[in-house]
Amino acid sequence: MATTAITPDAPKAPKTNHIGLQVLDYRGGKTTLCAGCGHNAISERIIDAFYEMGIEPERVMKMSGIGCSSKSPAYFMSRSFSFNTVHGRMPSVATGALLANKTMRSLGVSGDGDTASIGMGQFVHMIRRNVPILYIIEDNGVYGLTKGQFSATADIGSKLKTGVINDLPAIDTCALAIQLGATFVARSFSGDKKQLLAILKAAIAHNGTVVIDVISPCVTFNDHEGSTRSYKYMQEHDVPIAETGFVPSFEDIAVEYDPGTTVNVRMHDGSQLRLKKLQEDYDPTSRTKAIEALMEHGERGEVLTGVFYVETDKPSFTELLNLVDEPLATLPEERVRPAKSVLDDVMQRLM
Amino acid sequence: MATQDVAVAAGHDRPAESGSTANAIPPGKKINDLSIQIATVNGSGSQSANSVLLRSIFGMGIPVSGKNLFPSNIAGLPTWYTIRASKDGYVARKKEIDVVIAMNAETAQEDVKSLRAGAAAIYEESYQLSQLRDDVAFYPVPFDKLIAGVCPEAKLRKLVKNMIYVGVAAWLLEMPLTVVEPALRKQFAKKQKAADLNWGAVQAGFEYAQTNFTKKDPFVLEPMNETAGKIIIDGNAAAGLGCVFAGCTVVMWYPITPSTSLVEAFIDYAKKFRIEADGKATFAIVQAEDELAAIGGVLGAGWAGARAMTATSGPGISLMAEFSGLGYYAELPGVIFDVQRGGPSTGMPTRNQQADLLACSFLSHGDTKHVLLIPGSVKECYEMAIAAFDLAEVLQTPIFVMSDLDLGMNNWMSEPFVYPEKPMDRGRVLTAEQLTELGGFARYKDTDGSGIGSRTLPGTNHPQAAYFTRGTSHNEKTAYSERPDDYINNVERLNRKWETARTLVPRPEVVQTGKAKVGLIAFGSTDFALRESRDQVRNEYGLETDYLRLKAFPFTRETVDFIAAHDRVYVVEQNRDAQMLSLLKLDIPAELIVKLRSIRHFSGIPIDARSITDELVMQEGL
Repeated sequence: MATTAITPDAPKAPKTNHIGLQVLDYRGGKTTLCAGCGHNAISERIIDAFYEMGIEPERVMKMSGIGCSSKSPAYFMSRSFSFNTVHGRMPSVATGALLANKTMRSLGVSGDGDTASIGMGQFVHMIRRNVPILYIIEDNGVYGLTKGQFSATADIGSKLKTGVINDLPAIDTCALAIQLGATFVARSFSGDKKQLLAILKAAIAHNGTVVIDVISPCVTFNDHEGSTRSYKYMQEHDVPIAETGFVPSFEDIAVEYDPGTTVNVRMHDGSQLRLKKLQEDYDPTSRTKAIEALMEHGERGEVLTGVFYVETDKPSFTELLNLVDEPLATLPEERVRPAKSVLDDVMQRLM
Repeated sequence: MATQDVAVAAGHDRPAESGSTANAIPPGKKINDLSIQIATVNGSGSQSANSVLLRSIFGMGIPVSGKNLFPSNIAGLPTWYTIRASKDGYVARKKEIDVVIAMNAETAQEDVKSLRAGAAAIYEESYQLSQLRDDVAFYPVPFDKLIAGVCPEAKLRKLVKNMIYVGVAAWLLEMPLTVVEPALRKQFAKKQKAADLNWGAVQAGFEYAQTNFTKKDPFVLEPMNETAGKIIIDGNAAAGLGCVFAGCTVVMWYPITPSTSLVEAFIDYAKKFRIEADGKATFAIVQAEDELAAIGGVLGAGWAGARAMTATSGPGISLMAEFSGLGYYAELPGVIFDVQRGGPSTGMPTRNQQADLLACSFLSHGDTKHVLLIPGSVKECYEMAIAAFDLAEVLQTPIFVMSDLDLGMNNWMSEPFVYPEKPMDRGRVLTAEQLTELGGFARYKDTDGSGIGSRTLPGTNHPQAAYFTRGTSHNEKTAYSERPDDYINNVERLNRKWETARTLVPRPEVVQTGKAKVGLIAFGSTDFALRESRDQVRNEYGLETDYLRLKAFPFTRETVDFIAAHDRVYVVEQNRDAQMLSLLKLDIPAELIVKLRSIRHFSGIPIDARSITDELVMQEGL
């Protein structure tokens, strides 16, 4: 059986995707982030992923908090509805928007400060509810807009440009997300185009909370010797847990794989996530193994990347609420305002 | 008056105030004009008995109101329930207590000592209160002995015991048991066994009183016809019901006293009336992790086109500050009910105040201001709930509905609520077809001088439908901009929208004869006491007053005219700092400010007419 070419190379960049849109239709405004910022690369991969998956941009709500990361939704998919909210509280706004219209897709872009410090409360409760959102943490270990203070994901012993050493342990957002019951948890690196794109496409195919922590070096404040979030550090310490491949549901291609070395996950929309094991004991359906792997590699100073955990059959939050099929936001008056006889009856009972 | 209230609150946190008019009640009958205070221990199950008593008086056709004066505690602390019956229709708290039912050993002595001369006291025999005074009619009842006779199951006795005082009170006040029984059966509608057991206790109390007592006080109730066709409901249930009929579809909330029962009422009604034939809901309710998430969810839902609300109280309001500013600046609809309680900080969670006015008016940093609706009755809790959702969507901004604990958690008599005549107004929302016609749109462009732009909803199927919503400074087309002209254009437009709001909010209720030199301004639950106080100052001091009841902020022309038309205008409110008066000062012409006077009541106990009258008379030098 063929075990290579899990993601077949595209014959040539097609002019349009399977819903007839060009990649241009997924572009956004010009970035105002620093040249070389990892976040720009992530924006590019988001454009690629939504384009290649053939998602109508008008069906997407781009949600973000505050910080460099949270500005980036302005730089991709201008035809999507965007909401740059307040610091650390994007999950609640995204949740409310999805309650109003559960037929929309939600893409959340956050940072390590926005998620792991000020936003920790909303982050954990979003996960606990399994809100159907693709939540990306653009993780550079520092506060960029305020010029380079450590964030809560910075590794212990990591050094700031000014020489200050971080003496507090990092919060591992992936291990935390897995523990809290997130149904799709991955880590990637903004510099790993292929892996990040494959993970994003699988995430788009998922129903439920997706947490992707993307290590995204800050070229201005955290790319120096002594930083554990620099390009150099990542190039030396990135350890993929598996090779990530993705076969979308709409591509009529049967790609063989070896069940002995590759885990095949059938996603909510019928797509297939192909994960070729690169580490022993890899099992993306086991929470405990995923957390164990994260802790073990973390202790060795390595940055484990890839899809750590996937659970495809847990109902999402909007499914749990037993809502009518149509968006609540636009239900006609006769369906949301009970008849006069109902009020009269209530009044009668109160007499 | 303010000083006296503080003293009362600091003394023993007691609702019963002996007051300055503690004269002996003249002999003879006093018909349909009394207050009953029932002193119990929190958690002793007195609520059913009190409700039966209230509903029995209501059933006799006598205007009545009930108030729970309770501690922030689940069980064990003293709690009082006051009932007021008034042939004149006065339903505010009465300062003087006419009949006390003392069921709490810890407070019984104080409960009796604070009575005015001529009052009546029903109490547990073993408390031995009769030697305390000789100017009060005492009715000692052996509750434990009586309950043992009617309730064989010992563990139920504690719950049923209270129903005995209903029977004793019925005898004392000459209420026929034929009105008590239907009230009791209604209370235990679906629990036949409980109804029978409790009815037995009522009868036992009545019979004991009939056999052992001679009536020594003047208080009696006689049937009237003043409650026919009226309902009894609390303001929170009324507001929850209003939200159901307003077409509210998303609720995100965090429990906090005294607002919790508003959302719980919404949940109950929505489950009954907003589930479709296939069992699916036309509403989503999320108990959030905190108030920040609650309002975040409301604004997210409003942005995406839903009618969304949350309900909270003081501390929750403080937590909602940052998001409220986003709602104002990014122009997001949403409805926030603030059922006000005693502040500052955690304050008095179960006590009444109107002290969040300034906080809500300007909630958040920067030049932020919000539209407030201020219901003054349970009927308005219902009506303003409906109005709030229309206003939120028309004005594209958060609307605060300023209820309070007294209104929200107490039972009030009301005319039945009226079905909304007007269809829902969803505001300016562009469809894909309209976008094609217009060739696109600028979200924050003022096309007609109203200051209100047009929005699209996420999912609108048009390549030019999307826009970028942000709390950062933006131009008409939602792009980030720090250009001075863009910034000024935007915030000046928000001010024009504020002026539009002024034309859309409910107008005040004005009672003006054209002769009075003194005007009174009040709002919210103060209305009940104020109406009664106007009668007192007229009847007792010959002072005619005009009255304006505010229903909203920003203020409207009527308020300015009213102040201008009087020599002195007293703003009566339930907070220490004269918050409404301060708001008025910001909004009215400078030359009118000197006319404003202040009457405040902030002990946490609901305001009463006598306190207003005493203070007004003093300030007027009468």
